Amino acid sequence: MAERMTGAEMVIQALTDQGVEHIFGYPGGAALPIYDAMFQQDVVQHILVRHEQGATHMAEGYARSTGKCGVVLVTSGPGATNAVTGLTDALMDSIPMVCITAQVPTTLIGSDAFQECDTVGITRSCTKYNYLVKRVEDLPRIMHEAFLIATTGRPGPVVIDIPKDVQFALGDYYKPDLETLRHQSYRPQVDGDAAAIEAAVDLMLKAERPIFYTGGGVINAGPEASKHLRELAELTGFPVTSTLMGLGAFPASNPQWMGMLGMHGTYEANWAMHDCDVMINIGARFDDRITGRIDAFSPNSRKIHVDIDPSSINKVVRVDVPIIGDCERVLSEMVRVWRSKTNQPRTEAIAPWWNQIEKWRAVNSLGYKNSDTVIKPQYAIERLYEMSKKQGKEVFITTEVGQHQMWAAQHFHFDQPNHWMTSGGLGTMGYGLPAAVGVQVAHPDALVIDIAGEASVQMTMQEMSTAVQYRLPIKIFILNNERMGMVRQWQDLLHGSRYAHSYSESLPDFVKLAEAYGGKGIRCENPAELDAAIAEMFDYDGPVLFDVIVEKDENCLPMIPSGKPHNEIILPDTANIGDIIDEKGRQLV
Amino acid sequence: MNAHLQPTGSAYFITKETQEQERHTLSVLVDNEPGILARVVGLFSARGYNIESLTVSETEHGRRLSRITVVVIATPKTLIQIKLQLERLVPVHKVHDLTAEGASIERELALIKVAGSGEHRAETLRLADAFRAHIVDATVESFVFEVTGKPDKIDSFIALMQPLGLVEVVRTGLAAISRGPQGM
Ligand SMILES: Cc1ncc(C[n+]2csc(CCOP(=O)(O)OP(=O)(O)O)c2C)c(N)n1
Ligand SMILES: [Mg+2]
Repeated sequence: MAERMTGAEMVIQALTDQGVEHIFGYPGGAALPIYDAMFQQDVVQHILVRHEQGATHMAEGYARSTGKCGVVLVTSGPGATNAVTGLTDALMDSIPMVCITAQVPTTLIGSDAFQECDTVGITRSCTKYNYLVKRVEDLPRIMHEAFLIATTGRPGPVVIDIPKDVQFALGDYYKPDLETLRHQSYRPQVDGDAAAIEAAVDLMLKAERPIFYTGGGVINAGPEASKHLRELAELTGFPVTSTLMGLGAFPASNPQWMGMLGMHGTYEANWAMHDCDVMINIGARFDDRITGRIDAFSPNSRKIHVDIDPSSINKVVRVDVPIIGDCERVLSEMVRVWRSKTNQPRTEAIAPWWNQIEKWRAVNSLGYKNSDTVIKPQYAIERLYEMSKKQGKEVFITTEVGQHQMWAAQHFHFDQPNHWMTSGGLGTMGYGLPAAVGVQVAHPDALVIDIAGEASVQMTMQEMSTAVQYRLPIKIFILNNERMGMVRQWQDLLHGSRYAHSYSESLPDFVKLAEAYGGKGIRCENPAELDAAIAEMFDYDGPVLFDVIVEKDENCLPMIPSGKPHNEIILPDTANIGDIIDEKGRQLV
Repeated sequence: MNAHLQPTGSAYFITKETQEQERHTLSVLVDNEPGILARVVGLFSARGYNIESLTVSETEHGRRLSRITVVVIATPKTLIQIKLQLERLVPVHKVHDLTAEGASIERELALIKVAGSGEHRAETLRLADAFRAHIVDATVESFVFEVTGKPDKIDSFIALMQPLGLVEVVRTGLAAISRGPQGM
């Protein structure tokens, strides 16, 4: 049954019908009719941000921690352009998001009107799809189709640009039948090809040096996918590694877990990837941070690749068994087919492989030299991890981008999916603080921590004010090395230690800054006082900025330098290379 | 396995392609909606694919479908990517690589203006006749020819007109369709 209402009311009605409870936004002239319609209802709760980029990252954190679609509302012109970074971030990391941008009235489009910009033009390449709504009649269909496109297939951001006159116009609102009204060309394939799945399982049944290489696709496919992955790992007995985006899909506490792989991944994960004979890639995309030098990447393995996006297959690395489909469906089929063929894990056949893995593991590639005079960043994260476990709360971690992000991935351990939020593909400094706000909005009682760098956190610092306004007790844990540590590390590695602009000069007093925002500030520089300070942070019922003064020139290791093969991995000097690496190998290091 | 690729897959070290480039004609069936051409062209520029020719026009008005014919020059690996990336666009129904799929018909139309007098004029007409070019405009000192055919036929006609007073050329770009009873 159609109901008569304005375009602005349709927006709110469609959000309500989509079950949207929270939206992140910032008003402006062209968006006012929608804001007015929002004011007159209380189903959809609006979180007022401080910068539109913040709104997009909040929506990402919200989406990734709930599996729901994140929703953003911004005004025309600068509102839309400020959202571009978050849209690109969501596209790169396949995060479902609907971003409504207001636009100048249709009659003014193209006239360089005040706060006009070509939003659909600007966002075409950083969205999965975008719309300019020219007639109010199209609005109900577009609103609902946008959610369908954002959340199905390979998820991603969708922009709906709505001119002000369309927001005012009266029309009939209805819930469209999307089977007939949507783009008929949009039909993502979710079920994997049965013969391909069969072929994959047959390969796995003969594997002697197998490895599961899992990615963000497992998280995106929902918690059931993680369950099936765990089941399949148990049935097969194979080792599991994951990309940065996939952490938590497989429990870090499981003995089959090998840690993260890639540029800052563990020695064992990278070597196992290199030496395996069957690689089972589930929902990862052979990103260059993973493969290193492509011609030297896992040269002797047969590769199975499960991905919902056909264009990911054979894009970077040629695979033997491609399976296009949703990770959840394909994993559950793999479990079923495996069960139908055997009731035994391949324990004996792969015992020598596990022996080898244990030797690599013994290298202890995440080791570091602790100190009792200065806080080591790795130590700070270890303590944060240990103490957060005892809080009796669900713990969610977000990060900024840099060394602290990699240390968080290495030293904070995740046993569940959807509890780790980080900017992987785009590597957006400034992601973590607003993402934490978004997570906390969705999980008011959880412990939400942004593991931050002092440089990154200043990019979206103002969202501290949002946290204070909505009483969101996020904890911002700054590993303050007074450096853009990751940049400094690269300058050491590749540019003769000429530290061009990689200092964090004129840093604010973060304690005072926290207080100025109405939150709590804590500073700690003594390892002996760290535990007490972390406890103080947890105990405070409100947002906290915790300035942890850490070792300034610590390197993030292990590291496979960009463009190098896996056997040129740089290990920390605490690594126990013993009889694993011969003289020649040691020289490479 | 990935030996055709040179050293790295990294933004910081440039990868050298070692595969040979080929010219392929792709036929793309799309919803005829605002911005569709920008989407397709934007994809090519964003991902660094080379377009040699591109034509677009609505082909089924009732279903609001358009056909885009695009000639690309790329390595076999990139060609597959181009097809898959195009298919990823929401309003794209199908992409066919006509060159890879076997026999297809390729045609292009050109309008060619030639000015001249005397001996040149007679020679121009003789050649036009040989190429089955139609005269669509004539004055005492000029002709406009309409010529249809494969692009290389048009290329050669233009080359022959060059010394005979060629003024300007307009070409439609390629239209292509597969042979046989099957449609897209
Ligand atoms: C928006 C943005 N600009 C620049 C970069 C490049 N970049 C990557 S890490 C980094 C330094 C981060 O410093 P900090 O937040 O202090 O983290 P640290 O590495 O010291 O832990 C920079 C500048 C980026 N990733 N994002
Ligand atoms: Mg820093």
